[in-house]
Amino acid sequence: MTQRDPRLVLQTSPFLQTGVTTPRIMRDVILAALPTLAAATWNFGVVALLVVGSATAGAVGMEWLTTRKRPDNPLLDGSALLTGLLLGLTLPPGIPLWMAFLGGVVGIGLGKAIWGGLGQNLFNPALIGRAFLQAAFPITLTSWMPNRFHGEQVAGFWRLGEQTLAAPLMRRDVEVVTAATPLGLQKFEGTLTDLGHTVIGTTGGSLGETSAILIVLGGLYLLWRRAFDWRIPAAILGTVVVFVAVLHYGFDASRFPTPWFSLTTGGLLFGTVFMATDPVTSPTSPKGAVIFGVGVGVLVVLIRHFGGLPEGVMYAILLMNTASPLIDRTVQSRVFGRGRKAAS
Amino acid sequence: MSGELLYIFISALLVNNFVLSYFLGLCPFFGVSGKIDTAVRLGAATTFVMVVASLCASFLHAFVLPYAPYLQLISYILVIASTVQFVEMFIKKISPALFRALGIFLPLITTNCAILGLVLFQTSRQYSALEGVVYAVGAGGGFTLALVLMAGIREEAELSDLPKVVRGTAMSLLIAGMISLAFMGFAGLFSGGE
Repeated sequence: MTQRDPRLVLQTSPFLQTGVTTPRIMRDVILAALPTLAAATWNFGVVALLVVGSATAGAVGMEWLTTRKRPDNPLLDGSALLTGLLLGLTLPPGIPLWMAFLGGVVGIGLGKAIWGGLGQNLFNPALIGRAFLQAAFPITLTSWMPNRFHGEQVAGFWRLGEQTLAAPLMRRDVEVVTAATPLGLQKFEGTLTDLGHTVIGTTGGSLGETSAILIVLGGLYLLWRRAFDWRIPAAILGTVVVFVAVLHYGFDASRFPTPWFSLTTGGLLFGTVFMATDPVTSPTSPKGAVIFGVGVGVLVVLIRHFGGLPEGVMYAILLMNTASPLIDRTVQSRVFGRGRKAAS
Repeated sequence: MSGELLYIFISALLVNNFVLSYFLGLCPFFGVSGKIDTAVRLGAATTFVMVVASLCASFLHAFVLPYAPYLQLISYILVIASTVQFVEMFIKKISPALFRALGIFLPLITTNCAILGLVLFQTSRQYSALEGVVYAVGAGGGFTLALVLMAGIREEAELSDLPKVVRGTAMSLLIAGMISLAFMGFAGLFSGGE
C-alpha cells in the first residue's frame, strides 16, 4: 500500500505509538546485561568473554541459518544476540567453548526457530539451551571453576580453564580445579558465605550470577525503561523472601539460610531480571504475571531446599513457562456484558 | 508414615512422572492433548481406573497370586480391562458428549501402559494397599498434569506459524521433550536430601 507521490497520506490506526519496538527492548536488555558481563570478566578473567562469545556465536549463527530466507531479516532485531549473551552468562566459567556454542545453537533451534520465530516460542530460548546442556553434560555444567580471587594469589586475567579449549566430544581426563558455589556450600556442607561477597560477587558460580548488586542495577535500568512488567520480579522475590523467612525463623535456622542469603546467591536475581521477565514466555495479564511470579518463587525454594539440586531457578522458570498458557487462560478477563461463567 | 506416603505421592506426581520421566502412556498423551477440557476428563478417568486397578492388584497380590504367581500379568490385564469397561459404560450414560470426544481413547485406556506399569511397579516395590492407592492417585494426577500442560501448550502453538517440517506430531514430540527437560528439576524432591 505504498503510494507513489502521496498528496493525501492514508494510514490506519494506531496513530499514537509509544515507540516501544522489539529492537529497542532488546537493546535495553543487552545494555542492562553489560555490567554483569563486565563483572564476570573481572571476576573470572578472559574466559568469561570467550564463553559468552561462543554462546552468542552459536545463537546468532543458528538464527541466521533458520531465518536467512525471510524478507524481514529478524537477525537485525538483536534478539538472537541477546539470547546468546544471556545463555553465556548462565554457564559455568570452565565450560568447554564448543559446549557453549552448542548451547546457543540448541537454544535458538529448539527454543525459538521450530516455534516459528520470535514471539511465538513458549519456553525461554536461553534456558532451553542451558537445560539441554545440563541434561547432556551434567558434570561439566556443575563444575565451577574458582574465580580469580579464590586462592592465595590473584590468578591472572588471561588464564583459561583446563577444558576451555577441549575438542568437541573428546573426553580428556584432567584434574579440574573447582570451587563450590555459595548455594552448594550451604546445601551440602552447611557453611554460609559472607553476605558482602555474595552482594559484590566475589564468589564461585555461573558467569553472570555472582554479582547481585550489578544485576539489580540492570534490573532498575530495565524498570526505568519499562522494558518488563514489574509484577513478575516483585512477585518472585517477594515469594522467595517470605517463604525462606518462614522456613528460617519459623522452623530450622541451621538448615535454612536467611532470606538475604537466598536473595543474593545463585541464579535467582539473574533469572528474575533477565529470564522470567521475558515478555514472550510469561503471561500477559497483570493477574497472570503475579501468579507466574509466585509460582517461580515457590518452585525455586522447593527445589533449593527440598530437592536434590542446589539450584533450581532455571527449572522453576521453565516449569512456569510450561504453565503460562494455562495461567493466561484461567485469568482471562470476562467479556463485557456476558455472564460470569461465559468467558472460558 | 505420613512422610513416606507424601514421598510416594510427590514421587509419582512430579519426580518420576509416568509420562515425562518414564515415558509411559504416550499414546493418549499425544492423542487427547489437543484440548484442555478433554484432557482433564481423560486424566480423571485414567486416575479412577488407576486407583481401582491398584486396589484390585493389591487384593490379588495378597490372596490369589501367592498360589498362582504365573497368573500375575493376565490377571492384572483382566482387572484393568474390566475397570475400563465399567468407566466406559458410566461415562456413556452420564456424559454422551464426553464419550464422543474421547472416542477411541476411552477403550484404549485398557492398553494404556501407564496403568499396567503402575500395578507392576506397585507389586515389585511391595507397597501396601494404602500406599498403592496413594501411588495410584499420584501417578494419575501426574498423568493429568502432563496432559493438561501439554494441551495448554498445544492450543497456544496452534496459533503460531510453525515451520512446515515440525507441524503435527513432530511438534508434539518436541514439546513433550522440552516439558520433560523442565521436569528434570524435580529430581530428588522430598527424598530427604542427599
